[in-house]
Amino acid sequence: MSTAATRRPADATRAAARKPTPLAQALNRAMRDAMAEDPAVHVLGEDVGTLGGVFRVTDGLAKEFGDDRCTDTPLAEAGILGAAVGMAMYGLRPVVEMQFDAFAYPAFEQLVSHVARMRNRTRGALPMPITVRVPYGGGIGGVEHHSDSSEAYYIATPGLHVVTPATVADAYGMLREAIASDDPVVFLEPKRLYWSKDDWDPQAPAAVEPIGRAAVRRTGTSATLLTYGPSVPVCMEAAEAATAEGWDLEVVDLRSLVPFDDETVTASVRRTGRAVVVHESGGFGGPGGEIAARVTERCFHHLEAPVLRVAGFDIPYPPPMLERHHLPGVDRILDAVDRLQWESRWTEGNGR
Amino acid sequence: MTVTAQTGAYRPAPPPQWRPLTDAAPLLPDEHPHRVLGTGAELDPALMSELYTQLVKGRRYNQQATALTKQGRLAVYPSSTGQEACEVAAALVLEERDWLFPSYRDTLAAVARGLDPAQALTLLRGDWHSGYNPLECRIAPLSTPLATQLPHAVGLAHAARLRGDDVVALALVGDGGTSEGDFHEALNFAAVWQAPVVFLVQNNGFAISVPLAKQTAAPTLAHKAVGYGMPGRLVDGNDAVAVHEVLADAVDRARRGGGPTLVEAVTYRMEAHTNADDATRYRGDAEVEAWRAHDPVALLESELTQRGLLDEDGIAAAREAAERMAADLRDGMNAEAELDPMSLFDHVYAEQTTQLREQAEQLRAELAAADEHDAHDEQAQQAQHGQEDGR
Repeated sequence: MSTAATRRPADATRAAARKPTPLAQALNRAMRDAMAEDPAVHVLGEDVGTLGGVFRVTDGLAKEFGDDRCTDTPLAEAGILGAAVGMAMYGLRPVVEMQFDAFAYPAFEQLVSHVARMRNRTRGALPMPITVRVPYGGGIGGVEHHSDSSEAYYIATPGLHVVTPATVADAYGMLREAIASDDPVVFLEPKRLYWSKDDWDPQAPAAVEPIGRAAVRRTGTSATLLTYGPSVPVCMEAAEAATAEGWDLEVVDLRSLVPFDDETVTASVRRTGRAVVVHESGGFGGPGGEIAARVTERCFHHLEAPVLRVAGFDIPYPPPMLERHHLPGVDRILDAVDRLQWESRWTEGNGR
Repeated sequence: MTVTAQTGAYRPAPPPQWRPLTDAAPLLPDEHPHRVLGTGAELDPALMSELYTQLVKGRRYNQQATALTKQGRLAVYPSSTGQEACEVAAALVLEERDWLFPSYRDTLAAVARGLDPAQALTLLRGDWHSGYNPLECRIAPLSTPLATQLPHAVGLAHAARLRGDDVVALALVGDGGTSEGDFHEALNFAAVWQAPVVFLVQNNGFAISVPLAKQTAAPTLAHKAVGYGMPGRLVDGNDAVAVHEVLADAVDRARRGGGPTLVEAVTYRMEAHTNADDATRYRGDAEVEAWRAHDPVALLESELTQRGLLDEDGIAAAREAAERMAADLRDGMNAEAELDPMSLFDHVYAEQTTQLREQAEQLRAELAAADEHDAHDEQAQQAQHGQEDGR
């Protein structure tokens, strides 16, 4: 049994090795480690080789592992994912990059008609251990077709895992787990967070919660913000700001949309009695509707107010000079939190 | 706004020298489809006999499956009657380690490759999407979306080569499928990667009702190969020996590292697209009859007979073997399928999610309630009978 005294030196050494690391570098490290450990892991996509990806997430992989392991493909998303299906049938573990969210749409048929259902239609004979990396979401000033949040399409497709990291540790741990998974994983990378840094030890990447589990990023007592990906730091900021108005907000980072962690979410909302779902993608038909419904079904008697959604507007993603008006920010989240209180007062006035 | 004339001031440098890496001329298909039967060419009698036996079986298979559709045993059957030469040659040209990537009309190719005839029809009967294990027979699941299986063939062939295996993938697609984006992407990938893959287009004249002339403006579908940098070959799709010969060349080339080939087999779909289709709305009897005179089974039968390689006994023996296969198929399809509703939740993911476990419990409860209801009904009926008997 270790004591505090024996633990301290090791902790001190570890702490010294931790340094501010961008999320993109953790993703790169995850692929590098996976490729080094398992020769079946192949990275392919447009510009992933010599250039190292337009976001440099695959930087150096072709140099280290050769063009056969990290392959620049023709510019064709259906071809990239379709070829990955055949490679997976032959025992490889392809990691494909879709470069930008809206560029993935030509590959939709492959994803929906084959990748997602191959295991099921062949009764387990042909698993699809494919990781589809999709840089997604706005906030980087991208022009049209470079900022979509398309997670609603993916979560509506049975057979896919849909995950999105918000921290550097998760970027590494979840990508490693996605690559090791025998099921296809749509790995949504919040491109707004590529350059955001956490203290992280690149020499000893720490284990993270497994895919399918949500993480409580901030504990609180008066309401829960349910969020994921690029909106996690925004919600953390909103929670800090809300303390000035007397709110003690809990922030739950969902991490995995499919499978969904009902347990963590339900436990949190039952504790706090109020919930707001926050995401960038449009609200109508968006993930927030599903999440709000699940929360309502499981927590109805614990709720002090309806579950609210703070989402992007139901519009095609706007041009970069207007995107700040579209993206859910701290103020919009705080407004929603205020409405939770108002709803409560209103119901009290009706004799509850 | 006027542009000031500056004669001689702007002298752009000539474009840098370039030339295509690939010479187009050798990639072009022959002007006429390659034909062997009736040309007096020297042929392998054993191969001809094997093709014949399989053709006769294949014709019978198509007839039997169509009949099963009429009896309601199959939800649908896209018949390959008239195209048997392509189906059979595609199956026979492959080694055991090779892979076949069929489309929904290519059940026969899968059967000719050795798949159990009844198993091959599971998709079309409706008890499971893929009735066989693709890894055991090296046949990908029959693909219903058009041309989407072609990039899979490319990826598999590429992966095999990366692993140092001399495996070839043969992918089947129809004339309509050549218009799909995945056809283009697959051929382009295959050529850039020099993947050991062969594409066989069965040009049977129609994509459901749309004729070839409304499908493409290319001189032939085989010409499309040139644009990707691979050879295009044109073959008479009703001449089983010719299809086998052209495919064997292409497979051999691929296996030796020579890269992909696109083969267009010119053939004809004698039946309607499926039993849900009325072919008389888009084509006339005269056209169909003209193709009936160029029937793949009759062509090979007459060639073998003329060469003294087949007599009445041989024909009877082939037909008898086909009848046995048809009887087995009937028995297989008439047997009631045993389906477990709880299997709906199997194999969606490697491990069931919490959400699916909850839904499985819901179905289990529904099934139990239904059983209880049935048992209750039975008891009530028995009581009723008891009363009647007592009267």
